[in-house]
Amino acid sequence: METATYLASLGFKTTLIEKSGQLGGKIRNWYKLFPNFSHSIEVFNHLQRGIDLSDVVVKLNTEVVAVEKMNPGFVLQLNNSEKLNADSIVICTGYDLFDARLKEEYGYGIYDNVITSAELEKMFASDKGIITKSGQPPKKIGFVHCVGSRDEKVGNTYCSKVCCVTGVKQAIEVKEMIPGCEVFNFYMDLRMFGMHFEAMYKKAQEEHGVNFVRGRLSECAETIDGAINLKVEDTLLGRPMKLSVDMLVLMVGMVPSEGTKKIGSLLGLEFGKNGFFKSRDQHSMANISNIPGVFMAGACINPITISHVFGHAHSAALMVASYLNNLPIENRVTEVV
Amino acid sequence: MILSGKAAIWKDYQKEIADDRYFYVRSCVRQNFFPGAETTFLRIMREELGKDVYEHPCHTTCTGIGYHSDVVPIDTMMTVVARQFALMTESGYENLVPSCITSFGIYTEVLDTWKHFPEVEEKVRNYLRKATGREFQIPKNLAHASDIIYKFRSEIAAKAKYKLVNQITGEPLKVVEHIGCHYSKMFPSKGVGGAEYPYVLVGMIEEWGGELVDYPERRHCCGFGFRQYLVQANRGYSMSCSHKKFESMEPYKPDMIITNCPGCPMFLDRWQYAIAEMEGKTYGENGMGIPVFTFEEVAGLVMGYNPWDLGLQAHQVSCEPILDKIGIPYKKEEKYNGIKGKKLGKPEMPVKLKCC
Repeated sequence: METATYLASLGFKTTLIEKSGQLGGKIRNWYKLFPNFSHSIEVFNHLQRGIDLSDVVVKLNTEVVAVEKMNPGFVLQLNNSEKLNADSIVICTGYDLFDARLKEEYGYGIYDNVITSAELEKMFASDKGIITKSGQPPKKIGFVHCVGSRDEKVGNTYCSKVCCVTGVKQAIEVKEMIPGCEVFNFYMDLRMFGMHFEAMYKKAQEEHGVNFVRGRLSECAETIDGAINLKVEDTLLGRPMKLSVDMLVLMVGMVPSEGTKKIGSLLGLEFGKNGFFKSRDQHSMANISNIPGVFMAGACINPITISHVFGHAHSAALMVASYLNNLPIENRVTEVV
Repeated sequence: MILSGKAAIWKDYQKEIADDRYFYVRSCVRQNFFPGAETTFLRIMREELGKDVYEHPCHTTCTGIGYHSDVVPIDTMMTVVARQFALMTESGYENLVPSCITSFGIYTEVLDTWKHFPEVEEKVRNYLRKATGREFQIPKNLAHASDIIYKFRSEIAAKAKYKLVNQITGEPLKVVEHIGCHYSKMFPSKGVGGAEYPYVLVGMIEEWGGELVDYPERRHCCGFGFRQYLVQANRGYSMSCSHKKFESMEPYKPDMIITNCPGCPMFLDRWQYAIAEMEGKTYGENGMGIPVFTFEEVAGLVMGYNPWDLGLQAHQVSCEPILDKIGIPYKKEEKYNGIKGKKLGKPEMPVKLKCC
């Protein structure tokens, strides 16, 4: 949305193709954002206002089903039988959430009170608030970090970047909504890389009494009353521990989206070893693909925060503008040392 | 509990199980622990299902207990396994069916090792050649005996005289399933249902009318981890494993436990006596224990076989209450008779664990 807004504002005829029935992607599903706890709808409204103010043509419920490479440009075959000529393409296919069922030992999809971080966001926004399957507010909640990230067993060795701080954010939100609730965050290590993240982590401990336990869960099991028994090693104490929680939240990571795989295959884009798109250069040409005229932005390249996505979006718009104005900036070749 | 979630996982972990012509290899210990289990398997396979099951008189231990107890080196273990394969090949069979869970794990581990390290297979072939002059083919299909009964569970249900149903209440019996650790915990894809939510025994429970009990310590070891038991100083740990499981399943009031490993029914059965003596605690109804059966014994029960032919008198926990629940007739006076009707004498009864 942001890239389209800027390109249209720069005078390029811009079409935004969205496979779902509404714009905004996953941000519409989040309640508040780290680290300032602003409502995510504010970001969406900002993006939508950009679309409204510019001349972007929006095509909802639309997918690209085939791509023909012309010289120059492309012809996109859409699922509504329409053909669209494009001089340049920007791929913004985002990410999918890791399917927590693949971590079978955590019991997602089997135990009633094992949910994902995305589902907890929906509870935050719901009138019912945070409730267990039986309709009661939980007295104890566990958060499991790095579910589907940094995990060779499921084939994802990369860090999803946002889960650590989201776990801290959600722990604080739980404490604010249910002050008496005990909260345990089980982590490998906490990567508080962004501005204000560390302060939020400190606040979670000092002001809200969130318990951070360094260790990964080995298994979960449902008790007769629907609680979840956890087996975990506290690696700071070097001891195994066992405890019961009323709700377990899995901090699911990011994986390459189905849309990324599909459009990448149609266009012949290069994928990196983690399945996201491969940039021409990770540092200096993150938005540039292996195909001239095709650019990328956001979480289709790698896991990324919303703050950084805006930078990507603006950068991609500049790259496209440069390309369409025949400025050979993207073709700068430097010697590999 | 969301059963559809489990069903989705079960669907992902199915395996190919041969249809007929099995080379059956017995367990070292099961004939002593539960003497009717293996003969019941053979009876069902041959007499009820009409299958070709062959046993070779020269078959030996797979060395699994020694291997896992660090007294048999891996090369020795693999060479012995290669010899079992040679016996199978010489007999004209391709489908290997071990009775023992540890043997199943050993065979699976050896085949996986050879798949990834062909030079190791070649080395072992040379060892076997030098020692015995034998050659062998890799089994076309490897399935545990419980996989075979799982495969034919519907056929058994169709011939069954009884169901796992309480004849008084009409309710399904509540059944705890416990797979041996070496069935799928090492190689999840080789077990029906995988490692976290194994289905091989659940399929039998469901097909024969019972209801599965899922309890928090379902995954925990029964206590027959070899070094837990074989090293005498570790036996307290062995018993604590069983104790932990019983405490965890107690609130669900299970009617019975079904197992597929040599050690699990032994320890879950016998330790109930030991726990009762030590702690004064029993887990069944009216001061009795929870009956623990092998999958063959349960299959034999639903088929209507005489409980004493199944060897149920060799169990520590009395089986009579569950036989009464299901409505299976039995003659009390024949419980301790030998095969030819000779009175073998009634064993001494425990003090705290009530027995029939």
